[in-house]
Amino acid sequence: MKRFTLLIILILAAACAAQGEDYPDGEEILRKVDENLVLDRATGISVMIIHARSGTRTIKSRFWVRGDSESFVEYISPARERGKKMLKLGDRLWTYAPEPADRIITISGHLLRQSVMGSDLSYEDMMENDRLVDLYDAKITGVEEIDARECWVIEMVSKGEEVAYHSRRVWVDRERYLPLKEERFARSGRLLKTTSIKEAFQIDGRWYMKRAIFKDMLSSGEGTEYIIEEIDFDVEIPDHIFTRASLRK
Amino acid sequence: MLVLKLALRNIIGAGLRTWLNVVVLSLAFVLIVWTQGFIQGMQEYSQRALIDTEVGGGQFWRPEYDQYDPLTLEDSHAPLSPALRKLVNDGSATSILITMGTIYPGGRAMPALIKGIDPSQKALNIPAGMLGRVSDGDIPGLIGQRMAKTTGLREGDFVTVRWRDVGGTFDAADIRIAAVVITDMPTIDQGQIWIPLERLREMLRTPGEATLVVVDKDTATVPEAGGGWIFRDQEYMLKEIVEMVKSKMVSTLFMYSLLMFMALIAIFDTQVLSIWRRRKEMGTMMALGMMRSRIVALFTLEGALHGFLAVVAGAIYGLPLFMLSKKYGFPMPDVVDDWGFAIPQKLYPSYGAVLLLGTTLLVLVSVTLVSYIPSAKISRLKPTDALRGKMT
Repeated sequence: MKRFTLLIILILAAACAAQGEDYPDGEEILRKVDENLVLDRATGISVMIIHARSGTRTIKSRFWVRGDSESFVEYISPARERGKKMLKLGDRLWTYAPEPADRIITISGHLLRQSVMGSDLSYEDMMENDRLVDLYDAKITGVEEIDARECWVIEMVSKGEEVAYHSRRVWVDRERYLPLKEERFARSGRLLKTTSIKEAFQIDGRWYMKRAIFKDMLSSGEGTEYIIEEIDFDVEIPDHIFTRASLRK
Repeated sequence: MLVLKLALRNIIGAGLRTWLNVVVLSLAFVLIVWTQGFIQGMQEYSQRALIDTEVGGGQFWRPEYDQYDPLTLEDSHAPLSPALRKLVNDGSATSILITMGTIYPGGRAMPALIKGIDPSQKALNIPAGMLGRVSDGDIPGLIGQRMAKTTGLREGDFVTVRWRDVGGTFDAADIRIAAVVITDMPTIDQGQIWIPLERLREMLRTPGEATLVVVDKDTATVPEAGGGWIFRDQEYMLKEIVEMVKSKMVSTLFMYSLLMFMALIAIFDTQVLSIWRRRKEMGTMMALGMMRSRIVALFTLEGALHGFLAVVAGAIYGLPLFMLSKKYGFPMPDVVDDWGFAIPQKLYPSYGAVLLLGTTLLVLVSVTLVSYIPSAKISRLKPTDALRGKMT
């Protein structure tokens, strides 16, 4: 009986010790994640592999990003998509298709939530470059291993009303400050999207994703792979790139 | 009277030539009336269906609302003004709240309009009461047969719906299909799902708000709403359908013109031939003292009588056809669903007095005109030349 009581006390003590583990400030971790992922100025080439029900499609594009409000994407391949462009200025977004009608379309409101070329990414997701620390309150709730790397588990709840995802759960690499896994939830608590960073690389002391998989959890597709083929940080980007005129150039 | 008697005797004496002309002309006449009757029937049905299921006695809109631009929905909602609230509470109007969402039938993402309607409303002929069938906490949904066909959803199925609330935050839930409604109205069916108004208000976090308020069609006087709500009356709401039917009528004009052209060419040909062959007869009539104008009148009347006989012949076989069509209707193929307005499974034509009299007049006037043109040549004819069989 004494042994059993001792065992109970030990278990309780271990549990209390675990509860009381001194985790760092969640927002501090998020700030470090933002330092890695939020692009001040960058240009590069990315590949999107869409694993849809109808088959797999690969789309390659070149991108230019300046801060959280300006970005420009030009599709390079396949031939069917070549020449298509996308421009984001603030909360406005335009797409351009040279064929069949040389037309610029304004994407706003609900269209921003539509999937980009049948992928698991919406226009909003694709152009997102906001600082998480500005949008969410963060609290570390534990430590877990993802792909053999130790991660902080951070629960994030939106600070204000006008945020796309009410809450998120991220697994942040304790060493590299990269969110190796992320779950995005609806207000009702329903899981809407997941992101997993499968490969990462370091450039100029900063860790960035090399290959990630995005998955719309409500749809039955197998997700969309997003691969960064090339990226240059802190490069000078001419102002004319972020103008509507550049869509037709 | 003499001219009329002569004309009648002449054209009946012409035998098969006359009856062939009459048959061709009557066919054109009957086909025009029959087709126009269907188009009129379609317009009347579409308007009636639109009023019953969508337009009511008119709608109150938010200034930002554009029924053809779903992007305006995000900003087009507001609480009801006191006047509108009274109208709704009296049962003289019903509120509808609309938002854009994404549905996932079978895991496939599809954009859809989510519409909130009061299950107890009586202003519109939408079976919203069926939304009361689901009572165990699920969100009930109503879809039309076109939406059911597109999504593969059936009564009792669950479908995941994702939307954004008023602040722009995503939310998702499962909706249980309470019923699949058979409707001729694609505008309340395609790409939309109806749920109880109060549930949608909770989902969007817009208590007491609506995108539009539909007034009951029997409401005698529509009050000023205030609060920025704008009234769109029936005329405004039906403008598009009237224009659409008009354009269909214009496109059928080509067919009518072709039919009439063929029939009139036959009459014209007959007249030219008749005048050519009866030169000596004309000369004799002139020699006996008949004035040229009377001879012109005789020949014109002969031609015009073709029109009259065509109308009579058309009435003999056309009237039973019109009555049978009106009684039994005409089954419509599925393809007309794509026209974008209400087409019943069986279309019943509508033959108004204007249509019947107008078409009769059109046939008579055009036949008379076509008969007169070759006959006018007679007025320049010399009796001596005519008697010798010359035509100058």
